[in-house]
Amino acid sequence: MDFSLTEDRQMLSDSLTRYLREKYPMEVRNAAAYAEPFHAPAHWQGLSELGALYALAPEEAGGFGGTGFDVSVVFEALGGALCPEPVLAALMAARLMTAAGEDQEALLSGAVKYAVAIGEIDAWYDIGAVGTEAVTSGEGHALTGRKSVIYGGQVAEKLLVAAKLDGKVALFEVAAEAASVTGYGMIDGGGAAEVVLDATPGRLLIADAGAALADAVNAGIVALCSEAVGAMDALYAMTLDYLRTRKQFGVAIGQFQALQHRAVDMLTEIEQARSITIKAAAELDGPEAGRYASMAKNLIGRAGRLVAEEAIQMHGGIAMTWEYPGSHYAKRLVMIDAQLGDTDYHLSRMMAA
Amino acid sequence: MDLSFTAEEQAFREEVRAFFAANLPEDISSAVRKGGELTKDIMDRYHAILNEKGWLATTWPVEFGGPGWSPVERHIFEEEACRAYAPRIVPFGLAMLGPVLMQFGSKEQQQEYLPRILSGEDWWCQGYSEPGAGSDLASLKTRAVRDGDHYVINGQKTWTTLGQHANRIFCLVRTDPDVKPQKGISFILVDLDTPGIEMRPIKLIEGGHEVNEVFFTDVRVPAENLVGEENMGWTIAKFLLTHERTNIAGVGFSMQSLEEVKALARQVKRNGRPLIEDPLFAARVAQVEIDLEAMKITNLRMLYKAQQQGAPGPETSILKIKGTVIAQQLKDLARRALGPAAAPFPGMLSANLAPAPEDAAHNAARYFNNRKTSIYGGSNEIQRNILTKTMLEL
Repeated sequence: MDFSLTEDRQMLSDSLTRYLREKYPMEVRNAAAYAEPFHAPAHWQGLSELGALYALAPEEAGGFGGTGFDVSVVFEALGGALCPEPVLAALMAARLMTAAGEDQEALLSGAVKYAVAIGEIDAWYDIGAVGTEAVTSGEGHALTGRKSVIYGGQVAEKLLVAAKLDGKVALFEVAAEAASVTGYGMIDGGGAAEVVLDATPGRLLIADAGAALADAVNAGIVALCSEAVGAMDALYAMTLDYLRTRKQFGVAIGQFQALQHRAVDMLTEIEQARSITIKAAAELDGPEAGRYASMAKNLIGRAGRLVAEEAIQMHGGIAMTWEYPGSHYAKRLVMIDAQLGDTDYHLSRMMAA
Repeated sequence: MDLSFTAEEQAFREEVRAFFAANLPEDISSAVRKGGELTKDIMDRYHAILNEKGWLATTWPVEFGGPGWSPVERHIFEEEACRAYAPRIVPFGLAMLGPVLMQFGSKEQQQEYLPRILSGEDWWCQGYSEPGAGSDLASLKTRAVRDGDHYVINGQKTWTTLGQHANRIFCLVRTDPDVKPQKGISFILVDLDTPGIEMRPIKLIEGGHEVNEVFFTDVRVPAENLVGEENMGWTIAKFLLTHERTNIAGVGFSMQSLEEVKALARQVKRNGRPLIEDPLFAARVAQVEIDLEAMKITNLRMLYKAQQQGAPGPETSILKIKGTVIAQQLKDLARRALGPAAAPFPGMLSANLAPAPEDAAHNAARYFNNRKTSIYGGSNEIQRNILTKTMLEL
C-alpha cells in the first residue's frame, strides 16, 4: 500500500501546476474560456510540450503513461487551475485509438485536435441508445444523425463518432470539415459543439465498439473526477482564506461555529471524493472499471455541488460576482456533474450491477 | 500509488482468516450475527481464545505481551474479525488502560495490571463522564482528596459501559479545584470492591443494559493507584483519546451491515417482489455503498499516514464523523427493510412466530442503540471542533 506519487508523476504534476499558475492565471483563463475558440491555442501548445497529452497514453501507443493514476495527475492539475483546454477530448480519443490500433502521434503531440462524439439529445450517456446511423456507402460508410454538446468539438479537426452499424454501436473517424459543426462556449468556460451528420463520410475504426467506448467513458470519468478534486481543493482553500480574513460583527467570520462545522463537512466530503477517485483510477484497467467509475462519478457529483454551494454561501455576495475567481470554480464543479453521466445516472448503474 | 497489500500482508490475512475459521466457536459468531447483547461468558471465552494465540492486545508491543502489529496488520485483523462475525474486543483494559500504563504507569503498575488484563482476571471499566460533564469533560467534579496514604473519592460517574461485568474502574478525578479545570485532574485506578461504591444500571433506549452509573461515597483508594503525577490526568486523557481512535471508522462492521441489508432486501418482499428490486430502496442502499467504498480508501489513506508518521493524526476525526454516519444509515436501512416486522419487541415472540427473519429480529433495537455512536467517544460536533482547531486554522 502506498498513497504517494511516483517521482515521475510528481514531477509532471509540479511542472503542469507551475505552468498553469504562471502562464494561465485566472484573467488569462477567463479571457480564453469565454471567447472563441474557447481555449488558448498557445497554452494548448505549451501544455502539450510539457507532456500533458503523452502522459495519457501507454508506451505501446506512443505515450509515457496511460494508467488511471497518470490520468489523475494531469487532470487534478488542470482542475486546480480551472483549465478550459480540450484535454478530456484528447484523453478519450487516445483511449479509442489505442483500442483501434491507430497511430496517435499527431494527437499526443497536440498537432491535431480530436473530439469524441457519443452523446445525443435523447441519449446523453447510454452508449447502447445512440440513434446516429451508419450505412455502407461505396468503399466506406456514411453517417446520419445529430451529436450534441460535444466537448472540444468547437476546435477539433477530427471527430470520433459512435453510430449504429448493423445493429451494433461502431466507431468512425469523421473529418470535422465534412460535418456541420457549430461551436459555442459553456457557462463554466471552455467550448463544445453541435455536430450534424447527413450522409457524412466516415472511416470505420471499430465495428463493435461497445467495450472501447465504455473504456473511453470510464477513463473520461476518472479524468473528470480528478479535475473536480483539483477544483474542490482550490475552491476550499479560497473559502478558508475568506473565513480567516472577512470580518463581521468585529471578528473573522471563521470564528462562528455555524460556519466552522459546515467547513469541516466540506473537508470530509472532499476527502471522500479524493478517496473514491483514487479507487476509480486504480481500477481503470481492471474488470470492474465501470462499477468504480460509477461510484466515483456519483460521489463527485454530490461532493462537487456541496462544495460549490457552500463556498458561495459562506463567501456571501462576493461569490455571486463574475469578478471573483471562486464563482468560476463553483460553476465548473456544478456543471461537471452533467458530463459523462450525472449523479442519478451512475447511481442507477450501480443498482443494476 | 498502490492500493494493494504486500504479499506478506496477504499471507497474514490468510493466516487470520484460517485462525477464525478454526477457532471461533459457532455459538459466539451466531450470537454476534443475531445482534443482541453479548454475555460476559461469551466475551471472556472470546478474549481467552485470542489471548492463547497472542492476538488479544492488538495495539500492544511485543515486550508487553502484544503481537507488535503495524497499523496495517491491525486493520487486516479487524477486517477479518468482522468477516468471521467475531465480537468486538472489549476496549477498556486492552485498548485504553493498557497503553496508558505503558506510557505513564510505574513499573509496579505495569507488572501488576498488564498481565491481568491479558488473562481476563481484571475487567476494567471507564469512569470519565459525569452527569454534568459530557462533551465538556474537563468540568468534571468527582473529588479526590489526599488523606495520608489514600485518596478519598466522592462523586458520581456515568455512562460506564459494561461496568456490571467489571471488577476495576479507571477514573478521572478532581484533585485541585482551584486551578484551570484541565490542570486539576488526576487519573486513578479503583478496585470496585472498595467500600462506598455503588453501581446502578441505566436502561437504554432499546431496553438493553449496557451502561451504568457509579456512585462514590468516601471511597478510600491507596495513593499508589494514581497513574502518573497528581494533576496530570488531562494529559493522560488526551493520550487515551488518540488510542481510542484505532478502528474508529468501523469500516469492517459497516461492510458486515451492508451485506446484511442486501441479504435482507433479497429475502423480504414489497408489493410481491423482493425489496431489492424496489428502485427507491435499492438507490438508498447503493448510495451508502458508495460512501462506504470511499470510506474504505479514506481509512487506508489515514492508516498509511499513521504508518509513515508513527501515530494517527487529528484528521482521523473525519473517520469518526463519516464512519458513524454511514453505520447509522445502514442500521436505518436494516430496520426499514422489515417494515412493521421490525417493531415486535425482541425476545417476546418465539422464532417460529416472529414476522422478521431470525437474524433480523433485533434490527430496530440495533438502530436505536447505534444512535450512540455519533455521541460517544467525543460527539461528532466535538470532532468538528477538533478538526476546526487542527486542520482549518481559522
